[in-house]
Amino acid sequence: MATKVLVGLSDRIRRTVGQSPADHGLARLGPLVRTVRRGSGGRIPPQFKGFPFTAPTWPSTVERDSESTDLGINYDTEWSRSPVSRTVRRALVEAVMRPGVQALAAPAVSGLDRLESVVGPVIFAANHQSHMDTFLLLTVIPTRFRKRMVVAAGADYFFDKRWKATLSALSIGAIPIERRKVSRTSSDRAQQLLRQGWSLMIFPEGGRSPDGWAGEFKAGAAFLSVRTGLPIVPVHIEGTGRILPKGSKLPRRGATAVTYGEPLHPHEGEDARSLSTRMEAAIAQLADEQSDGWWVARRNAAAGTTPPLQGPAGVAGWRKTWALETSKSSQRRPKRTWP
Amino acid sequence: MSTPKRGPRPGFVLEVDRSTPPTLFWHGEGYRLEKLPVGSRVLYAPEPLAPLEDPRGAIRHALMNPVGDSQPLASLMFSGMRLTIAFDDISLPLPPMQAPDIRQMVIEEVLEVAAAAGVDDVELIAALALHRRMTEAELRHAVGDRVYDAFAPSGRLYNHDAEDPDGMTQLGATPQGEKVIMNTRAATSDLLVYVNINLVAMDGGWKSTATGLTSYQSLKHHHNVHTMRHSTSFMDQHKSELHHSNWRMGKVIQESGPKVFQIETTLNNDAFPDPFGFLTKREWEWNARDRASYLASSKALSATPSRIKRQIFHSIKAPHKMTSVQAGEVEAVHKITTENVYKQQIVKVEGQTDIVTMGLPFICPYNVNSIMNPILVMCTGLGYFFNLYRNKPVVRMGGVLIMSHPTPWEFHPVHHPSYIDFFEQVLSETTDPERMEKEFEQKFAEDEWYRHLYRTSYAYHGVHPFYMWYWGAHALEHLGKVIIVGGDVRAVRRLGFSPASTLRDALEIASDVVGRSPTITHLHNPPIFMADVT
Repeated sequence: MATKVLVGLSDRIRRTVGQSPADHGLARLGPLVRTVRRGSGGRIPPQFKGFPFTAPTWPSTVERDSESTDLGINYDTEWSRSPVSRTVRRALVEAVMRPGVQALAAPAVSGLDRLESVVGPVIFAANHQSHMDTFLLLTVIPTRFRKRMVVAAGADYFFDKRWKATLSALSIGAIPIERRKVSRTSSDRAQQLLRQGWSLMIFPEGGRSPDGWAGEFKAGAAFLSVRTGLPIVPVHIEGTGRILPKGSKLPRRGATAVTYGEPLHPHEGEDARSLSTRMEAAIAQLADEQSDGWWVARRNAAAGTTPPLQGPAGVAGWRKTWALETSKSSQRRPKRTWP
Repeated sequence: MSTPKRGPRPGFVLEVDRSTPPTLFWHGEGYRLEKLPVGSRVLYAPEPLAPLEDPRGAIRHALMNPVGDSQPLASLMFSGMRLTIAFDDISLPLPPMQAPDIRQMVIEEVLEVAAAAGVDDVELIAALALHRRMTEAELRHAVGDRVYDAFAPSGRLYNHDAEDPDGMTQLGATPQGEKVIMNTRAATSDLLVYVNINLVAMDGGWKSTATGLTSYQSLKHHHNVHTMRHSTSFMDQHKSELHHSNWRMGKVIQESGPKVFQIETTLNNDAFPDPFGFLTKREWEWNARDRASYLASSKALSATPSRIKRQIFHSIKAPHKMTSVQAGEVEAVHKITTENVYKQQIVKVEGQTDIVTMGLPFICPYNVNSIMNPILVMCTGLGYFFNLYRNKPVVRMGGVLIMSHPTPWEFHPVHHPSYIDFFEQVLSETTDPERMEKEFEQKFAEDEWYRHLYRTSYAYHGVHPFYMWYWGAHALEHLGKVIIVGGDVRAVRRLGFSPASTLRDALEIASDVVGRSPTITHLHNPPIFMADVT
């Protein structure tokens, strides 16, 4: 009897929220959420946010059944490369992103001369501290690359919901990519676009730094370079982690610096792992160059003493943070004291 | 052309990342969604195997085509013989299965053969060892109305009584001096047919007859601290001292006891009916209906008194289906059964973990239609769930076990009278199983009042709470700390464990033992699975 009461209640709620058979977890408990929203003055109380009130997100460690959804890695971004979409994107970059980036980050760009002889397409590989990085690069990468450029974005994060997928593809030209591995689907798609003349912006760490130091570099960018023969342009970004660090919702103003490195071409017979190691070393040298100047960075590189991007190894978390603060303090622009 | 149907997926080890939705933890008569730290692992059971299309046909086939050194059942039956059919008690399966129960199907087929052979002297015994007696309703559910009405009114269908002074017979002893004692009716039969349900790898084999139909004097040879500490685990027959002892006793039964015809069955792990189907699904695959069911049921349960919640959950009948049936000589049968259990339950896991987490459900083998008291909470977590491994425990030596259960200071006065005294008198003195065994066990085992309640009421035997504690002896020795989340603080402390309000608090407490960056593994159990840890 008691079970029947419970089952009856379940059925009633199910009828209220509507059923969508085999909806693969994408349906909303719309009416229920609207009821809650109405009862709380239009805002959803925190306890009613997220799963199970909304559809679950899909762990990036779990492969989706390829037929189960058209989101995530299966999201088709072809439409976002149409002339109309590209025009809209250019307008967004110039009218919204550029003023915003200038106001918040005021980037100092160096190393552009290293790209003068490069025609394109290329793979821009940068360290990743903040969502700001993408907007920043979209405004400072030379126009000849930017006109035909896509951005590799985590399929699990930027393409898990339809609105996010649409917005990401339109505003930054994002294409979905598996972060943890080189999956066949995302790799084939990226190679095809590179061969069609599209440049690619990618963050080889696969995600933003949680502590200011770089994470482990994955070999996806190097793999694409080896497969297509196109060069990787190493890019170092400094300062965005202070403007909009991971976990922060509101940005604060700060100074940033973007440094381009010499394009890295895959050697004959070189594998992705080796190229990835060279790429990481190149970005570390750019970081050193940005911090201590070109000459010191070159001497450090020659002596094999370039500071690692990941910070001091084998020390506790607070010591890494401490070291980060110490190493970055010299880069802060001096406040103007007079006049 | 129709799309081929996807087969059941094997067990799965999820690595939690920031996209992973919260994970379901059972919490007694309820459940919670908990966010596990990034990098944790969650072990999911394999999906239910396809059931036998014609279970009755499969049973008939097994009876006619026995395995091992055994003749077909029909050849073992003759007019004028004494036939005893023993069957597993209320502790199997969990939750109890929807009618018809497997025992009913098998027993009816066995009785068909007996009737054809003209056997008159038939008795049926619920092989419950020192468990509580089954009620009429429970017996009816297990064997079906037809069998019950044909045998129970004339006293030929009954519960085993391990304390009947005239009802037990010693068959002999093993070379190690272990006494082999068996129910007299079974021991003096021309044929003993044992009808088993193998829910976990521990069940079945010689344990069915050597344990199910025996008494305290025989059980104490393997239900003790030494045996349990040397059963690593008792779910792995080859590394289980519990099974080695039962197998030695089986040899004595073979030589001096009745002829045994063993019928073993395996089930798939389809543990919950449709409205509760989300309990067995992976969270990221929950659809709107699953989420609505979760929200509705958890909301309803949070406003429901404990007594009603128990009634709700204990009225659940699982849609378990039979996946195999084999009959014949005990050891040959059990070898096939174990393989079939592993097919359904094995999940391959690489490496041990610093912390293992688990949500304990409302039920364990000893509280069907009853209360999951604190001692049973300990037994379920440290006895059953901890021991569901092969090769190595999921958690490393000195690691931490975190379980989630309300652990109420509450006991069923009819089913668990000796548990109440054990909790008050023994656990208030010591949580050391060796000391319990030495100082307290015999007093409880031979107490006349408990003996009376076991024989005439529906009480577990006086010694039973000790066995529950011994069941966790291997885990107690192995673990560095045990934490219960959301439990009654006093009850948890009485068990010798640490209480925690939330999973986050529990992980914080655990850091004293395993450091600040431990590896964490969650057992998404039930449905039951067995971790094969390499």
